[in-house]
Amino acid sequence: MLGGPLIVVTSFLYLGLLFAIAYWADRRADQGRSVIAHPTVYALSLAVYCTAWTYYGSVGRAVQSGIGFLPIYLGPTLGAALWVFLLLKMIRVSKSQRITSIADFISSRHGKSHLLGGLVTVIAVVGVVPYIALQLKAVSNSFTILMHYPDITMPGSATALPIWQDTALYVALLLALFTILFGTRHLDASERHEGLVAAIAFESIVKLVALTAVGLFVTFGLYGGFADIMQQAQEAGLLQSMMNATSVSDQNWFTFSFLAAMAVILLPRQFQVAVVENSSERHISRAVWLFPLYLLLINIFVLPIALAGQLAFPDGRVDADTFVLTLPIAHGQEWLAMFSYLGGLSAATGMVIVETIALSTMVCNDLVMPVLLRHWRTRSVPADLTAVLLRVRRGAIFGILLLGYTYFHVAGEAYALVSIGLISFAAVAQFAPTMIGGLYWRGGTEAGALAGLGAGFTIWLYTLLLPSFAKSGWLPMTFLDSGPFGINLLAPQALFGLQGMNEISHTLFWSLTANIGAYLTVSLLRPPNAEETAQASLFVDAMKYDRPAIGLWRGNAEVTELKRLASRFLGRDKVDTAFAEFSRNRGTGYNPAQPADAETVHFAETLLTGAIGSASARVMVASVAQEEPLGLEEVMGILDEASRIRAYSKELEQKSRELEAATAELREANTRLQELDQLKDDFMSSVTHELRTPLTSIRAFSEMLLDDPRIKLDDRKRFLGIIVGETERLTRLVNQVLDLARIESGRGEWTTGEVDLAQLIRQSIETTGQLFRDKGTEVETRIPEGDFRVWADRDRLLQVMLNLLSNAVKFVPAGSGRIIITLSGGDEDYQVSVADNGPGISAGQQEQIFEKFQRGDGDNLANPMGTGLGLPISRQIIEHFGGHLWVESPPGKGAIFSFRMPKGSAKLPASETGSSDEPAYIDRG
Amino acid sequence: MRRAILTSQRLLAVFLTGMLLLFSPIVSLFDRPLFWLGIPMIYLYLFSVWAILIAAMALIISSSQK
Repeated sequence: MLGGPLIVVTSFLYLGLLFAIAYWADRRADQGRSVIAHPTVYALSLAVYCTAWTYYGSVGRAVQSGIGFLPIYLGPTLGAALWVFLLLKMIRVSKSQRITSIADFISSRHGKSHLLGGLVTVIAVVGVVPYIALQLKAVSNSFTILMHYPDITMPGSATALPIWQDTALYVALLLALFTILFGTRHLDASERHEGLVAAIAFESIVKLVALTAVGLFVTFGLYGGFADIMQQAQEAGLLQSMMNATSVSDQNWFTFSFLAAMAVILLPRQFQVAVVENSSERHISRAVWLFPLYLLLINIFVLPIALAGQLAFPDGRVDADTFVLTLPIAHGQEWLAMFSYLGGLSAATGMVIVETIALSTMVCNDLVMPVLLRHWRTRSVPADLTAVLLRVRRGAIFGILLLGYTYFHVAGEAYALVSIGLISFAAVAQFAPTMIGGLYWRGGTEAGALAGLGAGFTIWLYTLLLPSFAKSGWLPMTFLDSGPFGINLLAPQALFGLQGMNEISHTLFWSLTANIGAYLTVSLLRPPNAEETAQASLFVDAMKYDRPAIGLWRGNAEVTELKRLASRFLGRDKVDTAFAEFSRNRGTGYNPAQPADAETVHFAETLLTGAIGSASARVMVASVAQEEPLGLEEVMGILDEASRIRAYSKELEQKSRELEAATAELREANTRLQELDQLKDDFMSSVTHELRTPLTSIRAFSEMLLDDPRIKLDDRKRFLGIIVGETERLTRLVNQVLDLARIESGRGEWTTGEVDLAQLIRQSIETTGQLFRDKGTEVETRIPEGDFRVWADRDRLLQVMLNLLSNAVKFVPAGSGRIIITLSGGDEDYQVSVADNGPGISAGQQEQIFEKFQRGDGDNLANPMGTGLGLPISRQIIEHFGGHLWVESPPGKGAIFSFRMPKGSAKLPASETGSSDEPAYIDRG
Repeated sequence: MRRAILTSQRLLAVFLTGMLLLFSPIVSLFDRPLFWLGIPMIYLYLFSVWAILIAAMALIISSSQK
């Protein structure tokens, strides 16, 4: 049986669990094993977007307007598709400048203005307080309802109770305490809270599971699925709003989507988890689809729950905002009701904790710090400011939650949950022009931003916040109906007579018009000053700079002074570590006696920015450094130079890449040349070697003839015969070398025409007939009838044939030699084979014999039978005409030399004229 | 780097498709008092478009990380 004590204990246990998770994650982070450095955790932490408003309020909204709850989630889904541009840029800017809040972002963008940071903080606090009130209302209501289990009683009006009996007050105080424990246990220069993010991601899972559990119970436990519940609702007439064919076409559809898409990155808590707590830019890409998926999942059962609630409580006695809790209660599911309550609690606590931490950072850095800085100008500064900062933040958290409670007490009863949330959305939408505009437009100035934000905020106050007070009875209703002092044109919800819009659209239109109008107009009144130009460049060019543009500073400062300053706010140890890391990254040790350079000053300022905001950091650094202000001209000059240097370095990179490519090409060409050179050397040494052998024998025999006049005539004849033979061989060799050189160099002379292969073969046999007869060799031809014309040089082709035949003769055994010449035709070419029954050619030598000076007859140098150039030349000739020459030699069956020639065509140039050389003597080897 | 640009342009295309399917007169084609599979047509349409957009984004992201 549920009851007050059990609910309270469970709530505390749940909060204790959250704290344990946060503690564990913090410990892991200290050990360098971060649990939140994971894209899924990042996406889940973004789901802090889904507050009690989503958890309880969506159902209420679905009851009111059918699918009207969806734009709040469809807008962020579409917006997420643009995160890879927008959120990425915001994160990069914020990381490089240690920006820790929206106020700091806007103030830093527009020249680090204290005034602007203060205004943004005020807007954020005033705008978000109703939203915090909403969470308090949800928690206290759900607690009260669950207390009365199994009865269903709506919580009475909070104002009717004495304040000390109001649950919401205790909820507010408890959450304040809890937030302080969570968020401000110590001061971190980067304002990151690992434990907090882990706890928030866990809460996102709890609320999703809880709402899904209730949804499953209702849809499949009470009804027979989606179709069944829709059917019954239709019969009860509940789907009218969805069936009237205009549910989407009214204007709120787009307005609410736009508001939500803005809010999902501009709400202080969203900025905190999406930008400040982001641990890696790469996490964005998972969040782009995982976060919308989360939104889809948490909304699937909203409509079924809304319909089931209306079917279960047809008299309207039960507030639709409580269906998620009251449906399980009505059906006696006490544990499901308890779980549902915890889901709502997690949705509310997650929002309150992150929101108040983000707001407290702003209040501390942008409202209290400037006042303190002014105060310290005349009085002595405390040595350790860390404690002061922490106290300020804790105070701010209490203050904000009490403000939220006050709003809840004053105005909370007049509105449903969704309307309260939309008031806050409209407030933070005022940041869009200065924040998103400022990321892409250089022209925005401090004055412009002040004017824009001021105008937008004023209209929001007048048209949305004041009416919410009026509806609560704090202002006369006539103020709403007929405007102040009876001026109808100034009626808050029909400003200048604009009627027929719902209040949110009305406010959004007027406030954004005034906001953007004032921002543009005032910014364009005068050119940005030096500081504004410098900061604009840092933001707009964030994706181009690898690191912040330093050098925009000139003056004198001591490193020790800077360190002492930073230590006051951050503690000595942290500052020492940070500076040590900084100088290590720069690769230079620092000398305390040396004056600090611009980069060091910039680093110190960025470090301080994390703790006290950019504007205050600027003031603090200026207090220890004698800064010489830079004029606009100088800033522009430095920025121009930076962009010129970037352009130069790009050009240089391009040039060096081209050079590298050229070098590689040259190196390759050189290697090729060296190879060719080597080949030439080899060739030359082979040629000279071949020349020397016949020369030696000619000389030897000539000397014998010269020295000895008594040699017999027969011998003389024999000697002279040898000399003549050797001379012939020399001539042949020289001719062939020349021939080969010409063919290889492409200067060979060719006379091309149609050649009949059959006729060519017969002619070659006739020419070599004497050789065959001398050696007693039998020649057989296998030439089929037909047309065997190819396109070639007749003399050259004959040269090849003669070479193949004379080779064959040389190697067949004397007396029993047998040579078979075959001609055959394929589809595209003809093949000629010359087969002999000689000793054959071993597999290893089959390619070698086509190389120059390689003989098929072994190393028989004393009596070489050929020059070793015949086959290489033959192969060159055949390949010249697009054919192929090769040898096969099955072991023990002699050698078969074959070539293929493509069938005749007139594709080759018809008249490569020129006289063919005297046909060379060709032989194998 | 070129790959990252391609991914972001594909996501931009998803954004424009979503704008078209959710915020143009196309929605009114489905905003009719009809039931599909026992579920109001507009409700089913919106959730389907929503799911398809998410799937498209997931697909684009996962293909960019290969």
